[in-house]
Amino acid sequence: MAQSGNHIIAKPSQEHDHGHGKEGHHDLESLRMMGFWIFLITDCILFGTLFATYVVLNGNTAGGPTPAELFEMPGVIAETFILLTSSFTSGLAVLSMNRGDRKGLIRWLLVTVLLGASFIALEVTEFMTLVHEGASISTSAQWSAFYVLVGTHGLHVTIGLVWMIAIMIQLKQHGINSVTRRKVNIISLYWHFLDVIWIFVFTIVYMMGVM
Amino acid sequence: MLDKIKDFASDFFVTGDPLIYGADVSIGLTIIAVVFALTYFKKWTWLWRDWLTTVDHKKIGIMYVIASLLMLFRGGVDALLMRTQLAIPDSEFLSPEHYNQIFTTHGVIMILFMAMPLMFGLFNLVVPLQLGARDVAFPFLNSLSFWLFFFGAMLFNVSFVIGGSPDAGWLSYPPLSGISHSPGVGQDFYIWGIQISGIGSLMTGINFIVTILKMRAPGMKLMKMPMFSWSVLSSCLTIILAFPILTVTLALLFIDRYLGAHFFTLDGGGNPMMYINLIWMWGHPEVYIVVLPAFGIFSEIAATFAKKKLFGYKSMVFALMSISLLSFFTWAHHFFTMGSGANVNAFFAVTTMIIAIPTGVKVFNWLFTMYRGRLSFPTPMLWMIGFIPCFVVGGMTGVLLSVAPADFQFHNSYFLIAHFHQVLIGGVAFGYFAGLYYWWPKVFGFKLNEKIGKWAFWTWNIGFYVCFMPQYFLGLMGMTRRVSSYGWDKGWYELNLTSTIGGFLMGIGFLFQVWQILHSIKFMEKDTTGDPWDGRTLEWTIPSPAPLYNFATLPQVTEKDDFWEEKQRIAQGHAPKPRPQLEPIHMPKNSGIPFVMSAFWFVAGFGFVFDWLWMAIPGLIGVAVCMLVHSFRYKTDYYISVDEIKRTEAAARRVV
Ligand code: HEM
Ligand SMILES: [Cu+2]
Repeated sequence: MAQSGNHIIAKPSQEHDHGHGKEGHHDLESLRMMGFWIFLITDCILFGTLFATYVVLNGNTAGGPTPAELFEMPGVIAETFILLTSSFTSGLAVLSMNRGDRKGLIRWLLVTVLLGASFIALEVTEFMTLVHEGASISTSAQWSAFYVLVGTHGLHVTIGLVWMIAIMIQLKQHGINSVTRRKVNIISLYWHFLDVIWIFVFTIVYMMGVM
Repeated sequence: MLDKIKDFASDFFVTGDPLIYGADVSIGLTIIAVVFALTYFKKWTWLWRDWLTTVDHKKIGIMYVIASLLMLFRGGVDALLMRTQLAIPDSEFLSPEHYNQIFTTHGVIMILFMAMPLMFGLFNLVVPLQLGARDVAFPFLNSLSFWLFFFGAMLFNVSFVIGGSPDAGWLSYPPLSGISHSPGVGQDFYIWGIQISGIGSLMTGINFIVTILKMRAPGMKLMKMPMFSWSVLSSCLTIILAFPILTVTLALLFIDRYLGAHFFTLDGGGNPMMYINLIWMWGHPEVYIVVLPAFGIFSEIAATFAKKKLFGYKSMVFALMSISLLSFFTWAHHFFTMGSGANVNAFFAVTTMIIAIPTGVKVFNWLFTMYRGRLSFPTPMLWMIGFIPCFVVGGMTGVLLSVAPADFQFHNSYFLIAHFHQVLIGGVAFGYFAGLYYWWPKVFGFKLNEKIGKWAFWTWNIGFYVCFMPQYFLGLMGMTRRVSSYGWDKGWYELNLTSTIGGFLMGIGFLFQVWQILHSIKFMEKDTTGDPWDGRTLEWTIPSPAPLYNFATLPQVTEKDDFWEEKQRIAQGHAPKPRPQLEPIHMPKNSGIPFVMSAFWFVAGFGFVFDWLWMAIPGLIGVAVCMLVHSFRYKTDYYISVDEIKRTEAAARRVV
């Protein structure tokens, strides 16, 4: 492929052969991949700050309910299980894509979306129960930190869902090409990332909360 | 009904102050004049097509510069209002409430809406050219960053005439900034204005890191990269580590205010001290974010006007990187007096002092670069020379402040005010001015008048010392910051009056700069060479102003200061490096989405400020729709043909 500068041609129609250019320059799609990795670093710091505030405020219940009293672990374990599975299915989606199997790709993305949506549904139910039992965001610093940390993760998942649906439509329209391939790679990276964050949420918020 | 409307209007618009009525009128008149002029000269499509939707980094850079100079004007007027109030004891020019609002808006505007965008403007104008690149890594995102900054800044600025300005200081410590002590909308303007523009800053950080790491011209190893680009890299690395902390901090403050949460409240188990820790974990790196690029500018200027290689290149790189790392370990020096304990204070005192080492290395390197060079002193060089003593004194008073026991004495006094203005004006503002003067011909294709420039330089510099030196003494005499008035019996009168005179001198310096620009536009002295300063780096190899695609063919870099070495070789009779053949150039298409999406952010922010969900929610939906529309766009690029490149290059009188 011709290299006309640091914007190497990456037209959607040109399918293959878009790796490294002659002088070790990268094409547009790989620039974007790198940009996304850096975005993930910033997101890590964002969550890191939220975890830090949670840890600082943990236990500041101001006489109100404590996590140990209210957390219901079965629901949380179900959420965890569902999210881990969805991470796995998003991996299967990428595998289908690498085989060039568009149908399989869309199907696995759909499964991932459904799993993600049930995760959100469970989380919303959990929040509603908690509020019902007298622990809302304004109850105490403990619960403010809880809702904001867990809610930020939930918001990320929700955004991921909308985004994944948009990508599925684009896959229907354009098939698998260098652009959609990058998009699928990025969303699956994002999805795994949210999974990792959730494992921290599970350990620091829920496990340590009930212990 | 009519009463209701009146009630609403008197809440909505800021009333009761003649200064603000004056501002209302002038804002109204300016808007009418702009709309009229655009309509009369039929410039609306030009504005939209050439500017509002552009993804060209050079134009985005120009827009940043214009916006930030306007903000410098606004922040400067604020500063002069404050200085006028302080010139005479017991003065009643500004009420205490108004004074609080003014020092808050002045601080925020100067750092976030003047220094940051001026810096981003220079990034955009210079970095791709210096790297030998055709663009930044993400042109669309670049335009989005600009418009987010712009609409964020506008949101912050309207608080002045609509709803009321924030008044809890530029870092808005709770509980003062909490809902119980600041029930008005001013704080919410603060939060949303900074939040929206902050997202833009974060994206710029990502954009330039990728640009620098991935888009350098063939052959330009990292250790051959010009020093300004290095400083941008270090500043951007600091941005991506620091700005997410700010985002979270402001979001938590907003959630406290809006949803009654208890992160920083005094009741409900909240912890205001956590806010102070968080905000300074961003705030301290932030001052290095803005000063590091100034260091890069000085390195370029010192080498160019001494006609010598930069002394100690490697140690310069090392100093930049260690400063950006160390800046994350000093934040607690901002609250030595708030009971952290002796060991914590000692740790942060030592880390703070350590930063003086790499900074000292840089100063000595600049001096050695100039030592025995063939020096010349056009305006960019003057600003560099003016910077050095100013920054050295500012740095030394900073080290004094970093001694924790001493800080118990100086804390929140005018000594501190003098210190940070010395580094912010002497380091940051002078640095960026130097950069603007240096790269101006490259950006606009004409030179700035040197004579008026020298007047500007001297009035600024003399004004600076007259303004801030007395403040060190005022601080030692016990004058604290953020006081709006004092009695005759204090004995602070003469020094304050002197300081105010210095402030106005700087104002005159600014007017000289405006005059210099207007004068130079009128009597335009075109830069036909593309290389007016006999430069060393790649940006000087192309015509001024740079064509849309920057480089017709990508330069092949073999060494540091490649252009300079090439000129030496040609002077010795060697043939110039062969140029590769022209090929069609791949370019990104313009897009209106960044502008529209940022406008929706403005709408959403405004809605949240006034607690109008009917406005905020559609705003957020608008943002989401814009993102989706962008995601579905596939034809986002086009090619410039070889013929057109040839025509453009010939027009620039540099036939290839
Ligand atoms: C151009 C000349 C300037 C003058 C005459 C000036 C004057 C002042 C004055 C009178 C105050 C209030 C001090 C107090 O009562 O506490 C102040 C505060 C401040 N200034 Fe400036 N200033 C100037 C430029 C700048 C620049 C260029 C920056 C930053 C890049 C800056 C950043 C600040 C900050 C952060 C504050 C603290 C606001 C607060 O207390 O919350 N100033 N300045
Ligand atoms: Cu600091």
